[in-house]
Order: sequence, then structure tokens, then C-alpha cells
Amino acid sequence: MLEIKNLTKVYEGNVQALDDVSFNVQPGEFLAVIGLSGSGKSTLLRCINRLVEPTNGEVIWDGVDVTKAGPDELRRIRRQIGMIFQHFNLVERSKVLTNVLAGRLGYTNPAMSLVNRFSKKDVEMAYKQLERVGITDQANKRADELSGGQQQRVSIARAMMQNPKIILADEPVASLDPVLAHSIMQYLEKINKEDGVTIICSLHFLDLVHRYANRAIALNAGVLMFDGAPKEIDDVKFKEIYGKEAERVG
Amino acid sequence: MRCDLKKKSSILKSLRTGLLIAISIIVFAYAFQVTNVNFETTRSEVRITQLTRVLRALAKPELVEYDTTEEEISSPFYLPCPDNGEIEGIEKNTNLAYIQTSVICASPKETITVEGFNMPANIKGPINFLAASGVKRQLANFETNSDGYFSVDVVVPTRQPVAEAQYITATIRTTTGLPKWTETAKATWDKIIETVFIALLATTIGTAASIPISFIAARNLMKDSTSTPTSTALNIIGFPLGAYLGYIFSKWIIDLLSPFEKNVFITLIGLIISGVIAYFSLRKGLPSEDIKKPTNSVKIQRFAFIFIAGVMAILSIILFGEFTKLAGEALENLLGPIGFLGYALFQIGDITSMLVPALTAIAFGGVIVSVFNKVGLSLQDNLNTSILKIINIVLSTIAGAILFALVMAVINWFYQFNNPRISLYYPVIIGGFAGFILAVIAKPKHLLPTGFIIYTITRTILNALRSIEPLVMAIIAVIWVGIGPFAGSLALALHTIAALAKLYSEQVESIDDGPLEAIHATGANKLQTIVYAVIPQIIPPYISFTMYRWDINVRMSTIIGFVGGGGIGFLLQQNINLLSYRSASVQMLAIAVVVASMDYVSSKIRERIV
Repeated sequence: MLEIKNLTKVYEGNVQALDDVSFNVQPGEFLAVIGLSGSGKSTLLRCINRLVEPTNGEVIWDGVDVTKAGPDELRRIRRQIGMIFQHFNLVERSKVLTNVLAGRLGYTNPAMSLVNRFSKKDVEMAYKQLERVGITDQANKRADELSGGQQQRVSIARAMMQNPKIILADEPVASLDPVLAHSIMQYLEKINKEDGVTIICSLHFLDLVHRYANRAIALNAGVLMFDGAPKEIDDVKFKEIYGKEAERVG
Repeated sequence: MRCDLKKKSSILKSLRTGLLIAISIIVFAYAFQVTNVNFETTRSEVRITQLTRVLRALAKPELVEYDTTEEEISSPFYLPCPDNGEIEGIEKNTNLAYIQTSVICASPKETITVEGFNMPANIKGPINFLAASGVKRQLANFETNSDGYFSVDVVVPTRQPVAEAQYITATIRTTTGLPKWTETAKATWDKIIETVFIALLATTIGTAASIPISFIAARNLMKDSTSTPTSTALNIIGFPLGAYLGYIFSKWIIDLLSPFEKNVFITLIGLIISGVIAYFSLRKGLPSEDIKKPTNSVKIQRFAFIFIAGVMAILSIILFGEFTKLAGEALENLLGPIGFLGYALFQIGDITSMLVPALTAIAFGGVIVSVFNKVGLSLQDNLNTSILKIINIVLSTIAGAILFALVMAVINWFYQFNNPRISLYYPVIIGGFAGFILAVIAKPKHLLPTGFIIYTITRTILNALRSIEPLVMAIIAVIWVGIGPFAGSLALALHTIAALAKLYSEQVESIDDGPLEAIHATGANKLQTIVYAVIPQIIPPYISFTMYRWDINVRMSTIIGFVGGGGIGFLLQQNINLLSYRSASVQMLAIAVVVASMDYVSSKIRERIV
């Protein structure tokens, strides 16, 4: 369903973030992307929905090349791709409910958004998504009044508002403590198993990869180093991905 | 070696420091000369006396006054002493206030003593010589003690000798009743109200106009907007074309409506009908959600509905303007004391009517641009590079010619060359050539930084506008709309737009990018991103800057009257020129009170909201 072909990204100042990366994603997969900080994980995820414009290569989504899509086409593609961020990226001064409803913007008519209007159906859906992540009672609080774990749950609800076929999660648990990290990962797992949403998730900790992912790819300096089941990552592979001085923890 | 290097650099360093000190001494010395610094004048006795007088006058603002009654206590006096020495003494009622001269007659220039008894305690007043001719001359001032007694030596004035009795009088002035506001205080009150409202209008208009401008002047929102050469050229051609068509169209509709424009009922009914049609066709044309990709026929249908909605909206705006004008006029006469509501309504209608052609022009320009943009994109996608290149060359030649001709038309308006060769042919040729060259050089699918160019132009205009003081703007506004508060409001509003748009746009630039990215990722377009990710983040700083500007505007509007811009400044300047410092002091006091309370109120509001 998602095909990445020879994806290359060079930032201004000749910084090579991605170097000829190719892989496929099957529907229903839980794909982990691992690698050091700065290895190109975030760039890779952002190239998929073109938050970052790729320099070269193709991203084929349901048979359509995302990199060549016009504004209207891109809007229709993006709204099927949910995204979750390390720093949650909620609009802090807005209500939790508004933040969740924002996930519906790809479907709403821009003229309607101008007057801040969502249909009744959307509001009901937003409450349902909040219920799924267990924070219905916080709906009318301001987003910045919530704890980190709760904020990430709001952003999962926001992504789910898009009726996504795929969710891109950019280090969703990196700024949470281990207990919360597991709870957030469990929500993602639930979405993956129950709703059949494909998940591409960049992760730092290998134990999380082993526990939740059914496939992993690894990047090192923008180059794809590994593509396979998480359990195949042995010590040799590990050194290749993380460098010679790295040691396994946990 | 390394040691040497260090030594050398330290010598260089101290030389540089010494040079810097020397330069700064020279600079400040020159500044003293240029600014005529002369401390001798500050010690001059004449000036200090004047200063003291003015400062004391300023310390006594002419705020309140009392009704006064005067009672004259007189004692007959003969000047000179009659030759026969017969003087009729008169009996004085010693229970009431009376005065007593030491002698009853005297020659000019003699000194006599005047005593007063039973007077009100602790008062001051004049002692006059009342001549037979009725002319008064003040001899001295008296001041009674706590028993109501005074004694003053006065010199008898030189007068024509008269046989009958003349009088020496002491005037007792007593204030009666409650204190009342002076005329100055009343005038000041009127003008300070005017001042506050000048500031209010200027801030409101300025804020409303600068919010959209601030988005265009924000780098982070604009830098990613790029367009292809084809679209850019089409936009440059399309916008003036659309604007011109829109202008013609609105004129045509206004002409068409002119037979009905004086009829309140027809305009009202027309307003309601066109408004309702506009609303419903807009709802039809813009469904709240589109789940599937719309087919072409659906697209055309929607476009037709939106077109109807647009035309109806223009119609309803025109009718709204006419209706509010009529209603305002009628209400102004009808409402009596609150007739100003009708007046305001009329003005709103008038502004609306005035803006209709401009709004229509912009709307048409926008529509043509968005249609052309779509055309440009589809050309881009469907044509091969070499055909695209040829199209680009043709389009950008035309676009360059149009752009240069338009710019030159503006320049011609200022300098009045009125020579078609200079104002039309040359710019068209040069512009066309420039466009041609650009299109030949540029790759056909290369993206141009349109957003960045618009950002730069907006910023430049804002900076230029901001560097002109409101006082100077007010001078021009006075020429346009005449002396009065309206001129001041216009000048301040214009300056507010320039200043606030810059402050606002800097706030937009400093917002957190994360939410923008997240909202963008949901498929939201630019407008939605602004509404959902930008606006919530900028509300607190916007409010705080608006309050800050409101503060500044109040302060500015207090002096904008110096150049005829209305408000309290006019009174203040007048009183200073008339040297009536006690009146000027009232105006200064009023300004101080208003500015201080605005300061307080705005800081309280900011605290509450932010």
C-alpha cells in the first residue's frame, strides 16, 4: 500500500538526510524505524506526507505518487495519513476537544473552518475518540493543562479523527516516562490490531521495538541498514545500526 | 612565538580601545556644540524668574471657581482739606464692619493710616480711593487678623481738588455657594473626550486592518509559498484584469440599482432576498465536508453556486450600504438625543458604499487568480517541457509588460509626464523584455519564491509608513478632510496599521511551529492552518499589543491637535500661545489623568487576558 522508491533528501547546506531509501509497507503492519538521532528517521516520516519535500525519489501511496500530487490531491492524501509527534504538537491554548476536531480539517470545507464550525457528526466522533483514549472528562480543558501522557493521547485521538489508513508516529514516547511510554504504545497497538491501521513508528528503545513491532527498518546517516523482523537484530546488526561504540541496554 | 603573538594582540587591543575612547569624546563634544548646550542660560536670573512664574501658574490649574460678592466699606475723605476747616463728620455704626482713616482730610502725597474694624477675619482685599469722578484707584492691599482688624499706611493720591467728600473704600470679597467648573475645565472635558475617542477609532480601525496584513508580513507563513513561472505570470496578468472587470461590474450594478436607492422598503427587501440567496447558494456551493474526490460536473455545479453567491453578496452589500444610509438619516432626526446612533449608522452605510467597488475589484481579481492558478497547474502537469517553456515566455512577456505599465502609471500620477512614450511605450517594451529574459533563463518547472517576494514588499511598505510620524500624516490628512478630529483619527489609524502589522507579524514569526506542522499533516490548507494553529497562539500577544497601541494612540492624540488633528492638543497649544499657563495646566492635568488611567486599565486588562 505504501511504496518508498529511492527516496533522497538533501537539506540546504548539502546535508544528506536520506540517501536512496527504498522499502514497502504492507497493510496492517506495525513497522518500527530505528536509528540514532539525526539518522533521518523524522525526515523519512515527513517525506511520506510531504511535510518535508523530498529531493528525489517516489512515494507511492495507493498507486498515486505523493511527490507529484497537486494541492487538492495532496490534501486528500494527507487526510488519510495520521501523524503523532514526539512533542505532541497540540495547540496548547485551545481546548482538548478543538484539538481533536482539528484532525477533521482535511475533510472540512475551508470556508466553514473560517467560522470555526464542525458538523455535529464530527463532534460526536471526537467524543468517541476521546473516550477510546480514556480522557472524555478532559474535553473542555485547555490542552496545556494536561500531563504529557494525556497530551499524547489527545494527539492519538486527533490522528484517529482522520479515519487514517496509516499513522506515522515520530518518536511518540521519547518525551514520556517508561510507564507512560508503554501505555501510549499499547494504544497504538490497539489501533493497529482492532482498526487495522498500518503504523510506522520511529523508536529509540529496542525493547519497545521487540515488544510492539512486527517489522523494523534501521537508518544510519540516511542509509537503510536493515529491513526485517525485530528479532533478527543481533549484536552484529546492532553495531552496524548504532555504531561500534554503542552498547545494548535494557 | 605564541607569547609574541599575544603581546602584539594586546598592544593592538589597547590601541583600539584608546582610539574608541578618543572617538567617543569627539562625538560627544561635537554633540554639545550642535545642540547648543549652554548652562549659563539655566542660571540667568531673568529666566529663572520667568520659569518660576510659569511653574507656579502650572501648579495652579484653573479648575474651579466660586461666585463672589463684593461689599465696599467706605469712609469719607477730603482732598485737600477744606479751607474753612468745616468737615461734616458722620456717625458710623460700630456694630458692623467699618473703616477709619487716621485723619479725615489730607493733601496729596501725605501718608495716612487706614484701620478696619469688625471685618471678616483673615481676608485679603484692596483699598481704593474713590474719586468724585467715580474713578477708582487702588492704594494698597489689606489683610485682616483673626479679630477682623487691619491697619495699613497709604499714600494719598494726587487729584484735582474737590470740595465735597470723596471716599476711601475697603472691598470685602466673599465667595458664596459651591465651587463650579471654570469654562476652561468644561472646554477641556469636551476635548479630552474627543481625544479618547480619536484614539479609540484609530486603534480599532488600525487593529482590524493590520491583522490580515500581519499574516502576509510574517516570514514563517510566507516563505513556503512558491509558485511556478506559469502561475506567477498568469497571476500578474489575471489580477489587474479581474480587478478591472470587478470595478466595471460593481459600477454597472450600482447604476442598475440607482432608481431604487432612495426607497427604504425596496432596499430592505432587496437586502434580505439577496442575503438569503447568497447564504443558501454558498451552503450549496461549499458543502461542509467532501469525503470523496468531486467529479467534474459536481465541481462545475459548485462553482456556479459560488458564483451566484458572490454576485448576490455584492448586491446585498450595496443594498446594505444604501439601506443603512437611509435608515441612519431617518433615525438621526427621529431619535433626538441619541440621534448620534443614526449618524453612526449613516456613516457605516456610506463607508460600505464607498468600499463596494474596491471590494468587488479585489474579489474578482482573487477569483480570476485562483482560476488562472488552476489553469497554470494543469498546464504544468499536462504539457511537456518545451511547449511549457514557450507558453512561459509568452505569458511572462505579457506579465512583465503589464507590471511595468502599472508601476509606471502610478509614477506618472505623481510626476505628470503625460507623454505616452514615457508612461506607456517604454515601460511596456522594457517590462516585456525583462519578462522574456526571465522566462528564457528560468527552468519552466522551477519554483519562484512568490511568498517571500510578497513578504519583502509588504515589510518595506510597512517600514516606510512607520517611519513617518503621525503628526506629519495628520498634516496631510488635514488637507484631505479638513481640520478636526476626523483628520487626527485617519492619521493615527494609518500609523497604527503600520506599527501594529509589524509587531503582530513578529509575534506570528515567534510562534511554536509544532502545531502548524501537526495541523498541516491533517490535510488542512493554509487558511485552516492559520485559523486553527496560528490564531490560538497569537491571541494573547495581539491583545497585549493592541492595548499597548491604544495607550500610545491616546498619548499621540493629545498632541495631534497641534497640527489641526482635533482633540485636546488644539486647546493646549492655544493656551500656551496666549501665555495663559493656568488654563494650559488644566489641559496638561487632563492629559496626565487620562494617560495614567489608560495605562492602568490596559495593564489590568492585559493581566486578565494573557
